[in-house]
Amino acid sequence: MHGLSFDIAHLLAGSLVVVSFLELYQDRLLALIHIYAVHALVLTLSVAWQAFIHDAPHLYITALIALAFKAVAIPIGLRRIIIRLGIHREIDNVVGVGLAMLTGIGLVALSMVVMLRVTAEADPLAREDLAFALSVVLLGLLMMVTRRNAVSQVIGFMSLENGLVLAATGAKGMPLVVEISVAFSVLIAFIVIGIFLFRIRERFDTVDIQALDRFRGERR
Amino acid sequence: MVTDALIAVAALLLLAPAGIVLASSPIGRPTVYGASLALALLLATVGIVSLSGQHNSNVTLPLGLPWLGAHFRIDALSAFFLIVINLGAAAASLFAFGYGRHEEFPGRVLPFYPAYLAGMNLVLLAADAFSFLTAWEFMSLSSWALVIAHHHLRDILRAGYVYLLMASFGTLALLFAFGLLAGTSGDYAFAAMRTAPPNAGFAALVLILALVGAGSKAGLVPLHAWLPLAHPAAPSQVSALMSGVMTKVAIYGFIRIVFDLVGPPAWWWSMPVLLVGAITAVMGVLYALMQRDLKRVLAYSTIENIGIVFVALGLALAFKANAMNLAAALAMTAALLHVLNHSLFKTLLFCGAGAVLASTGERNIERLGGLIHRMPRTAFVFLIGCVAISALPPFNGFVSEWLAFQAILVSPQLSSWGLKLMIPAAGALLALSAALAGACFVRVYGVTFLSRPRSEAARNAHEVEGVSIVAMGLLAVACLILGIIPGFAIDALATTTQLLTGGRMPAQVGVAWLSIVPIAEGRSSYNGLLVFVFIAVSAMICAFAIHRLASDKIRRSAIWDCGFPDASPMAQYSGSSFAQPIRRVFCTLMFRAREIGEMPPPNSTSPARFTAIVYDPIWDTLYAPLVQFISFSAEKLNALQFLTIRRYLSLVFAALVLLLLVLAAWP
Repeated sequence: MHGLSFDIAHLLAGSLVVVSFLELYQDRLLALIHIYAVHALVLTLSVAWQAFIHDAPHLYITALIALAFKAVAIPIGLRRIIIRLGIHREIDNVVGVGLAMLTGIGLVALSMVVMLRVTAEADPLAREDLAFALSVVLLGLLMMVTRRNAVSQVIGFMSLENGLVLAATGAKGMPLVVEISVAFSVLIAFIVIGIFLFRIRERFDTVDIQALDRFRGERR
Repeated sequence: MVTDALIAVAALLLLAPAGIVLASSPIGRPTVYGASLALALLLATVGIVSLSGQHNSNVTLPLGLPWLGAHFRIDALSAFFLIVINLGAAAASLFAFGYGRHEEFPGRVLPFYPAYLAGMNLVLLAADAFSFLTAWEFMSLSSWALVIAHHHLRDILRAGYVYLLMASFGTLALLFAFGLLAGTSGDYAFAAMRTAPPNAGFAALVLILALVGAGSKAGLVPLHAWLPLAHPAAPSQVSALMSGVMTKVAIYGFIRIVFDLVGPPAWWWSMPVLLVGAITAVMGVLYALMQRDLKRVLAYSTIENIGIVFVALGLALAFKANAMNLAAALAMTAALLHVLNHSLFKTLLFCGAGAVLASTGERNIERLGGLIHRMPRTAFVFLIGCVAISALPPFNGFVSEWLAFQAILVSPQLSSWGLKLMIPAAGALLALSAALAGACFVRVYGVTFLSRPRSEAARNAHEVEGVSIVAMGLLAVACLILGIIPGFAIDALATTTQLLTGGRMPAQVGVAWLSIVPIAEGRSSYNGLLVFVFIAVSAMICAFAIHRLASDKIRRSAIWDCGFPDASPMAQYSGSSFAQPIRRVFCTLMFRAREIGEMPPPNSTSPARFTAIVYDPIWDTLYAPLVQFISFSAEKLNALQFLTIRRYLSLVFAALVLLLLVLAAWP
């Protein structure tokens, strides 16, 4: 378990966190989608490596699903959407990048402290995995909160889900059925959100969520 | 035995859908009440057989939580309460057999009545926290449905709402109490809780939570607010059950937790119980004296009696903590006997109030009067109930209160000075409440049944059905028998007190002439039979003497007829007039009672006016600010319903981070 295999697993999970930070930093939509594809790719590699070292063939299926849907299908779909909407050059941020990054670092530290304390007697690989997964989830949530464009919120949601999958593969014995259903739910969420994006766009000429708020008569 | 009881409960539950089907048919009422009567008698028999504690048995059904199952058990404590509950239920069912004819909407009562009985019995049978709480809530909800049966009338829905709120609050407290009792192992079976009592701090918390949870159901001041609203609102047979019987289920819950599950008591535990009990007793009876609604007077009097029971329970706790087992058994016997007695005479009185309501349509005692001529049988049994609840010999109320006072007289042997000072004070309050209860029921009986009718409805009253009279008569006979030969009841309670306090009172049946001797012959003894015979004989001699010596003489009446020739019946001495001295003495400070008399100016023909204003101190100082606070904060929080998606997400995010921070900072 220890030695190289552990280090590689650690490296892949850690890079997922780093890619999450890249997403957090990137405020151009098109680049954001590309980074999300990288995010999903790293997740695929991580899951596949887990499958290899744990000798769990069903995890390969999970990895395959992640690769096909998250790394390929969804980014291509999102890319098409924003090009058709003509917003691929838009810049989207509510909070400053520096502040968002600092908050993200704080969140990663928090999840490390919590997870390493709570799972004191667990398998070391699972501990690291869980801590990284929690960081990815929190960073995804942070992204949903700090962005106001619906597309970036969708991406935040998807990377949050990537964190969940990472946690699930770290915990041995999660049934394949659950993973498949989670993957499908994400796909459905993607479709629904895509349809909504077009509807919103038709109605309001923008996918900036603030326009919706203005429409509801909210004052900032 | 448990199996038999469970089958009977299941039959009661099956009776509920039958009630729905049969509600509109003429056989619905006899079927439901007749079957309820039979099943209640069966359950009471189970209780009597199990009272000796010889037939303890467990049944575990695969219901409820999957890893726990539903445990049921009858021990001496639940057996005693099974008797209390089901005797009351049987009497109320028999009463309703006739009285149910006056029900306007049988479809709203018949389905819930057997379900309500089943819920109360299940609480007694449950032997794990999950079944206990489920049954407890079932009992609350089914009684709530009965309370709002006449929801077209004014204030009934509000009564139901307040009742629902307080019932949920009480259950919440009990839920926490059981959570603490289960501890970290999380085993919710009573047997497991008994073997692993919580540490001292948690045990004290359990006591407080039990006092709040069971106390809110029983009607302890200041958690009583719902009781005088909800009990009178229900149909009368249900009022009788709620007041006479359901409050006893609450007492059972308190005893089960505090005397059985939580382990040995600490020395100070008795203090809050005594304090709350004594305050409840006095406040309850003072409230009762202020009321004009007959059923509401009875509901407040229930609060008073619950206070008496809790004082006795507090005494038992004090003695138990000081290892004075005999005295603890004495106090516990007093509490349990008062539970039984109160269930009998309160059921009787509520049935009587229902009879009055059915024949006159009137609950306001200021508009009744003279009913002793129109409803002589009801008047007679109601009188017995009034005498019994006023704790006058030779009836049963006297015995249990006398035993409570005997226990108070043992208290100087306690070691703690706080208790030595507190128990006599509680005893003084108890004596005060007993005296005021006497005044209260003189007022109720005098104004309702004596004097001249104050309204057309009272003038045209008629006697109720024979079956209802029989039900009340049986209760009255039970009151008398328990008053004359209490020794049998005391001996039957020995197993229960042994279980709860580790002691038992000396056997009473062997004592000569059916006396009862709680501690020692030289100290005190009471012979109900002797008192009964003496009262009967002296009353007969008096009646004879008056009829032979006084009534024989020629009587001449004065011309002016004492200023009372044929004035309006409203000019008679009224309930408010009767309560006025007590209102002035006791209620000026606490209830801020004020009287405003307006005299017309000279030469004016307008009438003089007299207004008495009474505030409810508990409602004004406790509930009104609470309601205000809740509506204020609800208004502030209302803004949360109109946030943007991003703000909702931020809220969730902030909550998650906050929880993680707490987890990280947890020692």
